[in-house]
Amino acid sequence: MIENPTARIFRQSLIYFVLSIGALVMIFPLVWTVSTSLKTPDKVTLRTIELIPDPVAFENYTEIFTEQPIVRYTLNTLILVAAAVFGGLVPCSLAAYGFARIPFPGRKMLFGILLATMMLPYVVQLIPLFIFFDRIGWVGTFWPLILPRVLGHNAFYIFLMRQFFKGIPGDLFDAARIDGASEVGVWWRIAVPMSKPVMAAVAIFAFQFAWNDFLYPLIYLGTSQSNWTLAIGLNALQGFEGDENTLNVMMTFSVLMLLPMLIVFYFGQKYLIQGVSVTGVKG
Amino acid sequence: MAEAQPLVQQDSQAPWRAWLTKFWFQHRSWIGFLFIAPWFLSFLLFDLMPFFANLYLSFTDYSIGPVQPNWVGWQNYIEIFTKDEIFAKSVGNTVYYMAFSVPLSLALAFVIALLLNTRIRGMQIFRTIYYLPTIVPVVAAAIIFSGLLNTRYGFINQFLVAVGLDPVRWLSRPEWIKPSLIIMSLWGFGAQMVIFLAGLQGIPQELYEAVAIDGGNGWHRLRHITIPLMTPTIFFNLIIGIIASFQVFTQVFVLIDSDGGPLQAGLVYMMNVYNNAFRYFRKGYAAALSVILFLIILVFTLITVRTSDRWVFYGDDDDR
Repeated sequence: MIENPTARIFRQSLIYFVLSIGALVMIFPLVWTVSTSLKTPDKVTLRTIELIPDPVAFENYTEIFTEQPIVRYTLNTLILVAAAVFGGLVPCSLAAYGFARIPFPGRKMLFGILLATMMLPYVVQLIPLFIFFDRIGWVGTFWPLILPRVLGHNAFYIFLMRQFFKGIPGDLFDAARIDGASEVGVWWRIAVPMSKPVMAAVAIFAFQFAWNDFLYPLIYLGTSQSNWTLAIGLNALQGFEGDENTLNVMMTFSVLMLLPMLIVFYFGQKYLIQGVSVTGVKG
Repeated sequence: MAEAQPLVQQDSQAPWRAWLTKFWFQHRSWIGFLFIAPWFLSFLLFDLMPFFANLYLSFTDYSIGPVQPNWVGWQNYIEIFTKDEIFAKSVGNTVYYMAFSVPLSLALAFVIALLLNTRIRGMQIFRTIYYLPTIVPVVAAAIIFSGLLNTRYGFINQFLVAVGLDPVRWLSRPEWIKPSLIIMSLWGFGAQMVIFLAGLQGIPQELYEAVAIDGGNGWHRLRHITIPLMTPTIFFNLIIGIIASFQVFTQVFVLIDSDGGPLQAGLVYMMNVYNNAFRYFRKGYAAALSVILFLIILVFTLITVRTSDRWVFYGDDDDR
């Protein structure tokens, strides 16, 4: 490719310029959030822009723990996260192994059913499931959120891992079988260690999903605040005072809720982006 | 049996071996089913049964509690299409939101992906920054935007005033509610961008070199190589975007409220389903609304599936 060096430098600078402006716009809401979370109430209601608050109200981050049951919310959310991650890594992965590596009659048909459920929008199950869990007295508990997840009710995770297991050379599985390993043993000793990237992607997706989930906790966890997750608690903050000078509290809460996701993202970025690129599904 | 059998004896033992083979495979098949049994149970409990229960409910007047629902035939559906003004409004709002949010997100995602694909230094840092908003929990993102869009103390209005424009009552004027939702949705274009970027990186470099040899410029490369090869990915993102916007709920619920704000300008389809099911306790009616949404989504899903062999590479194999 022949290109004039001056033109090349000009073109590159233009690209950098556009990308940098875009990046500033994308990152700005987060900068503003952190800035607002560090403002004193009187600074929040200031009508001029003040990005570096003076004074810096670090106490917002300690006071929120006494004013809001953040620890309770976090523990509740973590229970649901644990159920989702376990469900993704154990039952879904076992099912994926069954679909990928153990022939049995009707497998093709069942896999077709699995693919079909991926296309089923959640809205068609929402109401009957609520009625079902209500009748058995589970509304107001975590069980409606835990049970489907620990049974591996996620066709997308199963599909993702099944595709990965298919790509592992069959000889490895046969060798383990000849050595006398049971099918569970083959799954544990060959399939799991060889598919760390896809397992990581599923674990991150499951974490992200349960951490962010709103509609299901909203309908199932009820009005008792001790049951709420972070997402429900953050939304409820809006109604408590309805006053603009609580903006700093809401932003402090948002930062606290975002931090664990950032940590997960930092360590799992590679797998997350691979997973999104391959499947085209976000979270 | 420790010793090897003489070859001749194998034939005489054929029935026994056949039985063993059969038993072995049946045994294995039983094991295979055991592996998928938890999922299969969850499929019966949380997919199949609710699906048919929902269909049934949509023909009843079920409201709440252990009351036996009455069969009302097509009445819910007739009411939806003839009397329910909220239904028409919610469809209008959802289509409005979709008509701007989906194409604008795709355009932004595509342009940024193209720029990131020019093999510039620092590409990964830019990619991370553009992707970052998509990992912000939806509720937190909506809370952040309720702050940014706040009429008096939000940054966006402060900025507008600072550059000499009039502030906008983003969340309290009916005509600005949908634009607010669209602006917020654009913040999350990073997910589509990553998919585009993966697609762009899969385009063989030789094709671009061929254009260069033929004397083509950047525009020719884009027009004759990039866009044709990316069409399936664009189409895939488009359909996924349409399906997702029909189901948008949390953002609106948190940013506006469950009534959709002034003049119900932000009342999207899912909000109407939610209100009927969980606030007005008209679960039968809400079920009918959800069946209609299911049919709309089904049409778009079938378009994707029918055309997916053009872009989905399953990486196998033996049992298609």
